[in-house]
Amino acid sequence: MTALELLSTVLLAASLFFFTAGTIGLVRLPDSLSRLHALTKADNVGLGFVVLAVGLQTPGWPAAFKLLLTWLLVLAAATNVAFLIAGSVGRDDAPPDDGSEP
Amino acid sequence: MTTVWWIAACGLLVNIGVSLGVMMRRRTAEDPLLAVLLFGTVGVALLVVLAEALDAPRGLDVALVLALLAAVFGVAGVRTGWFGDRRGKGAGR
Repeated sequence: MTALELLSTVLLAASLFFFTAGTIGLVRLPDSLSRLHALTKADNVGLGFVVLAVGLQTPGWPAAFKLLLTWLLVLAAATNVAFLIAGSVGRDDAPPDDGSEP
Repeated sequence: MTTVWWIAACGLLVNIGVSLGVMMRRRTAEDPLLAVLLFGTVGVALLVVLAEALDAPRGLDVALVLALLAAVFGVAGVRTGWFGDRRGKGAGR
């Protein structure tokens, strides 16, 4: 295993750590805004680590550039969608959903 | 190195499975939208890792398209209220 492969493995492990943190947040946190927080921050950092790990193994610049583009696109998209969801939660005057069936 | 990619892919798949299992219980009204967000990030990561594991560079294109679609689908889902009984939203409805 070369040094680059070792670095990729470490980066993948880091990404799995962040993705798992996001999932744990999703499972454990009670309300929508907290879960949105866990999902967007942790998962986007995890995706960044995955992109770095794969980018180190890709042979040429075009593929690496495409990976970078994908990550930036996901960052922008996740940010916007998260703000939209959070905004629609904030406008909700109804009492917080406690999970009980109507 | 291929083994490492496959292990990472399995880890991501477990993450998606657990998250979707939680969301199927639908504790809050926003759960379906959170699922869209989840597929936007973890799904793209899974595709990128699988592209490397299977040595299929075209997988990166698929990941890029999924990222684009997740953006459009997420915005449309919030704005039109596709996902059912989110009370008092009214945006686009």
